[in-house]
Amino acid sequence: MRVLLDVRNLTVTDLRDQDEIIHDVSFSVAENSCLGIVGESGSGKSMITRALLGITNPWLKSQGAAVFKSQDSERDLLREDENSMREIRGKQIAMILQDAMSAFDPIAKIGDQMVETFVENKNLSKKQSLALAKEALGLMNIHDPKQVVKKYPHQLSGGMLQRCMIATALAMEPDLIIADEPTTALDSINQGQVVEEFKMIRQKMGTALIFISHDLGVVKYLSDRLLVMKDGAAVEYGDAGDIFRNPQHAYTKYLIDTRLELTESFKKAMRKGDHNG
Amino acid sequence: MAEFWNRFKNDRLAMGVSFFLLMVISLAILAPLLAPYDPTAQNIINKFQGPSLTHWFGTDQLGRDVLSRILYGGRITILVSVLTMVVTILIGTVLGVIAGYFRGWVDDVIMRICDIMLSFPSEVLILAIVGILGMGITNIVLATVIAKWAWYVRMIRSIVIAFMDSNYIRFAKVAGCSTWHIVRKHLLVGAIGEIAVLATLDTAAIILNISALSFLGLGVQPPTAEWGMMLNEAKNVMTTNPGQMLAPGMAIFMVVAAFNFLGDSIQVALNPKINKGFSTKRYSLFSALFGRRKKAVTQ
Amino acid sequence: MKHYIVKRLLWMIPILIGISFFAFILINLSPSDPAEVAIRVNEVTPTAENIAQMREQLGLDDPFMTRYLTWLGNALQGDFGNSYVNNKAVGEEIAKALPPTLYLAGVSLLIIVVISVGAGVLCAIKEDSITDQVIRGIVFIGTAIPGFWAGILLMWLFAVKLKWLPTSGMTTPASVILPAVTLSLGYISTYVRLIRNNMIDNKRENYVLYGRVRGLKEQTIMKHVFKNSLQTSLTALGMSIPKLIAGTVVIENIFAWPGIGRLCVTAIFNRDFPMIQAYVLIMAVLFVFCNLLVDLGSVWIDPRRRREA
Repeated sequence: MRVLLDVRNLTVTDLRDQDEIIHDVSFSVAENSCLGIVGESGSGKSMITRALLGITNPWLKSQGAAVFKSQDSERDLLREDENSMREIRGKQIAMILQDAMSAFDPIAKIGDQMVETFVENKNLSKKQSLALAKEALGLMNIHDPKQVVKKYPHQLSGGMLQRCMIATALAMEPDLIIADEPTTALDSINQGQVVEEFKMIRQKMGTALIFISHDLGVVKYLSDRLLVMKDGAAVEYGDAGDIFRNPQHAYTKYLIDTRLELTESFKKAMRKGDHNG
Repeated sequence: MAEFWNRFKNDRLAMGVSFFLLMVISLAILAPLLAPYDPTAQNIINKFQGPSLTHWFGTDQLGRDVLSRILYGGRITILVSVLTMVVTILIGTVLGVIAGYFRGWVDDVIMRICDIMLSFPSEVLILAIVGILGMGITNIVLATVIAKWAWYVRMIRSIVIAFMDSNYIRFAKVAGCSTWHIVRKHLLVGAIGEIAVLATLDTAAIILNISALSFLGLGVQPPTAEWGMMLNEAKNVMTTNPGQMLAPGMAIFMVVAAFNFLGDSIQVALNPKINKGFSTKRYSLFSALFGRRKKAVTQ
Repeated sequence: MKHYIVKRLLWMIPILIGISFFAFILINLSPSDPAEVAIRVNEVTPTAENIAQMREQLGLDDPFMTRYLTWLGNALQGDFGNSYVNNKAVGEEIAKALPPTLYLAGVSLLIIVVISVGAGVLCAIKEDSITDQVIRGIVFIGTAIPGFWAGILLMWLFAVKLKWLPTSGMTTPASVILPAVTLSLGYISTYVRLIRNNMIDNKRENYVLYGRVRGLKEQTIMKHVFKNSLQTSLTALGMSIPKLIAGTVVIENIFAWPGIGRLCVTAIFNRDFPMIQAYVLIMAVLFVFCNLLVDLGSVWIDPRRRREA
């Protein structure tokens, strides 16, 4: 399988106090595969993806190389200028944020926000974009896209909003989707649904996925390869199944032993969700 | 508290401004000793003299020494404003602390009264009171205090409530400290910073108000010197001697600017995380009353 | 939403009653005897007898509630008594003076909105740039300048020295410029800061990040930020309308503008109590209604609050 994104020696430094937030991290993501990034809060997992997309705070400097090989070109994300990055963001690399409720403009309708994304990125007309939005929402098993599109963010649940974000990302048909803790802010039933949707995305659309979470159970379920982060550095990296069966690093062992127990109950909830429809 | 003083002392501009204000207040207090002439002594022959060695700021339309009038005028403008501010803030603090600390029906009653007072526009209220009681500086002070006390009670009450929510006060309560002890040692010490900000910014506003009322002729009466009144007199000779408008106007401007700056600096020294863009009193207390929204996690 | 409107209107009634009560009491606090003043106005020397007669005529010895209700009844019909000064109907004088004040306040509001929004948005977009700092500096100076000083300085510069604009009165269409500009100065400073700070706060919100992540143009994202900031700012701007109307007093005095501010100050000098009383009542009522309208407006604009209401 072709390598889609090849990150080498990524280092992010805080210019204000010269602190290295991310230290020499390397990994790659192949086409149609899923890379899980796990670690505790503050381990730097989100920061990696922000650095890749070029949306960090101005006082953070990224070094290293992040070669993104799309259909027609090969670009180093860390060296591209803002305009080119804007092109890539949304269209070729889509991102899903953690807190869906605050991710949307509170005074604009969901439909309008989805439409503007398509109008700007895909050069569609408003009408076409609206049709696309409804279609994408339908794909996410949302029952009444026509109604959802007219609502304001505060009128929908966190899970629903999360699926709107995923639908937006999907409709762009990107090469890579980065999901930053999409299930953390949800209750277990919604978690189950969202995870299943990601599974479906993987199977049906062949989009590559970077899935960030501190929830090992979900990561185990979805990922092919795994990157374990601790305090800004990569502690373990390799095939997901291998790592889970046979963790090499002490920290990975500790994570798996302690956290996996907790997430067994998650799996049970998921199975329950399956039974209930 | 110590960090506040450290930050404040390091802010050179703030220290400079504080020093300036201390000087201004001293000049105001010591005016009778420092002024070279009697501010009301007329000398028509000498009118409209420009600045000279005998009259540093020149003379006005009645030949009076402008410098002396500025010094004596400062006495009234500044000291009266400070007095007004102190009285208003005292009332505000006492009632605000009572309302915020005890809550319950006491709070409700005080708040209802404040609501009624606040539904009157303050300018209208001041004019009404001055209109009824008559003109003069005492009545202006009285009117300002009556018009403004409710706003202070509101402000200080929200400061107190915000503090009550903090853990160390809860702990003190649980540990059985007496109410008076908590109020004195913890609450006031913590809230004093924010109250100081209110005090400085408000002194500036009161100076503007009182000089405006004197400008209209509702405050001091001639021949007493006061900065607003001096501007009124200057307006009348605008066509022939526009220069008269400079000294009193600059005086008001500089003192008000200094108080505003001081208030902003205290605010920044109390809470360095504040957006350094000199947030207005109204804005930052606006958010104190109405709560801040969730911030993005951009790291 | 309708529910909320009705609730607020009902709540207004006790407030209005409270205000009228207060205005009525205010007059009764005056140290001079209305009967005596009424006699003097007619150029008659007050004696014990005609004072007593006048008191009866004016119903001053009636019980408090009777006097209050009579006064209130008259006021609701627009009869506020006659001015102590020229014996003309106070209601009429105020009705004549109100439009010029509203006109002045309206023009000022326009100036305030245009400049504050323009400068505020500019500062927020170019946060911490030279433009931002210069504007903030000017704004800071603006908060310290006394309005009346700025007024007379501007008057001297533009009317006396340059003779571009009239010095006073409501004569030509251009005569509203100086007063309106002077009136807006104080408010512009406050609102430039408000809008700037609001927008900057909004720039840090999560939806801005999500907008960037979706590849939206910076312009589009700023439009969202602006709309969000406008909401909060609009409430504050709206609240300034009654303040503007009440605050024209000094400006009208400087520029001899024939509005209610000038009327009130003259009334205070002349101890014309019926005028003062009517002024207080009308301004307070206006204030309360304006606040209500602004409050309702701000609830309606924000879709979150509109649903709740």
